[in-house]
Amino acid sequence: MSDTTRVLFDAPGPKARVRYRILAVIGVLLLVGLLYVVYGRLDEKEQLTAARWDWVLTGSAWNNYLIPGIIDTLRAAAIAIVCASVLALALAMARMSDLAPLRWLAGIIVEFFRAVPVLIMMLFIFYFLSHRGWFPSDLNPLIGVVVGLTLYNSAVLCEVIRNGVTSLPAGQREAGLSIGLTPSQVRRSILIPQSLTAMLPTLVSQVIVITKDTALGYIILYPELLTRARNIGSAESATLPAYVVVAVLFILINYALSKLAEWIENRQRKRNRSAGGVADANEPPPIAPIPAVGGLGGGTQGRV
Amino acid sequence: MLELIEEYEFLAAFWMTVKLTVYSAFFSLILGTVLAIMRVSPVKIFQFIGTAYVTLFRNTPLTLIVVACSLALWGQLGVELASRDSDTFIVDNSVRLAILGLSVYHAAFVCEALRSGVNTIPLGQAEAARSIGLSFTQSLTQVILPQAVRGAITPLGNVLIALTKNTTVVAAIGVAEIAYRMKAVAEFRPDILLLGFGVVAIAFVILTLPMGMLTSFLSNRLAVKR
Repeated sequence: MSDTTRVLFDAPGPKARVRYRILAVIGVLLLVGLLYVVYGRLDEKEQLTAARWDWVLTGSAWNNYLIPGIIDTLRAAAIAIVCASVLALALAMARMSDLAPLRWLAGIIVEFFRAVPVLIMMLFIFYFLSHRGWFPSDLNPLIGVVVGLTLYNSAVLCEVIRNGVTSLPAGQREAGLSIGLTPSQVRRSILIPQSLTAMLPTLVSQVIVITKDTALGYIILYPELLTRARNIGSAESATLPAYVVVAVLFILINYALSKLAEWIENRQRKRNRSAGGVADANEPPPIAPIPAVGGLGGGTQGRV
Repeated sequence: MLELIEEYEFLAAFWMTVKLTVYSAFFSLILGTVLAIMRVSPVKIFQFIGTAYVTLFRNTPLTLIVVACSLALWGQLGVELASRDSDTFIVDNSVRLAILGLSVYHAAFVCEALRSGVNTIPLGQAEAARSIGLSFTQSLTQVILPQAVRGAITPLGNVLIALTKNTTVVAAIGVAEIAYRMKAVAEFRPDILLLGFGVVAIAFVILTLPMGMLTSFLSNRLAVKR
């Protein structure tokens, strides 16, 4: 970012520096003003009294609500990411298969699950299972959340694997074929393993999407962090503080994950460069710090 | 099928989904552009505000934002976006709060999409703009932003598609869009649940497929060939 922004404007001269300083003061004043209005509003509605916030420091709030909430959120996310990865691999194999009908079937499945909102799938699976009664009823919300997340994210990850395979240099495939491997062997033992390594950062940033989307479990009463926030909010009559605390927890978890994804990406980029740049042999040198624009496999951004 | 459409007002729900999408796309595009300009501006404090906004909202679940808009913003702080006197106060207010929540969330992603568009522009463009004497504002509005928008069409399209699907989340605060109706069907008429799901799923495929195709068509058509 810094490179592009630095070029957008000259190194400031004395006049420009004064102008920037004036703008900065205006910016600070606007920010402080906004914060003051928010503060005034909160104060007026008596949201800032100690009685509304002191529960945050009690052990029972953490033991009974927040920590179980975090565990349930992470549990659903963890199961979903494992299932989604496995399913994505199977779908990607099918989508690149030599059998045309298998390819079409996988293509239809992927396009369908990418187009249908996660919540709709969660609702469908939750109510379907509730009416059938196949599982104990307290298990249905978890299954609904996990299956909904798995179906959507496996479709997304399948496309990531496929993108990874198509972005490999053609020589990789030719080398495999020339030593007598069949096309499917080339895919299995050369192409897909390479695209899996390239997929690692995307996988971590997909974990962020999944962690955020577990909050949809609120709607089918899965007891994740947001549902616990509602419970604790009514138990302590502190609705607003409960949501603020839970939002902070979500932001901390996801921010840590996004830093992890960034770190893995940087490490891989460095390693690729020193090994002669297998992954980006066909790409032109990046013109700007954030290269990928095409939605999938484009680093941590754009994952809505 | 007909019963589904009539009794559960699927057409009205579908229309509500479209309305939510259009309004939220409009507001998030404006807010996102402002944030993107702040993030590439030379003033440090503006950069900081833009970055902080994106970090905070991108890492918060949309469900939390939407629920907080209704329960905290309206319920606790008394923020009302419709006039109390109107007959449809509750409905209007919920819809507007939902649009507010969707817009502030997706603005962070619009900002990131535009910024990635800015990053597709070779540095020489900005240098050229400077060297013919354009100021920051001039080079931004006449050289950088037009190219950034054209370069950002694919990610912007992805944000729009995600926004369309994310409008279902506002079912959490009782806005009568399509997920809300499907929930009602699921609760009261389990026998037509599968049909309801099929209709809703196909509706979303119909909504989002053309968006994806239009996006790739436009990004091929408008991309600045370099």
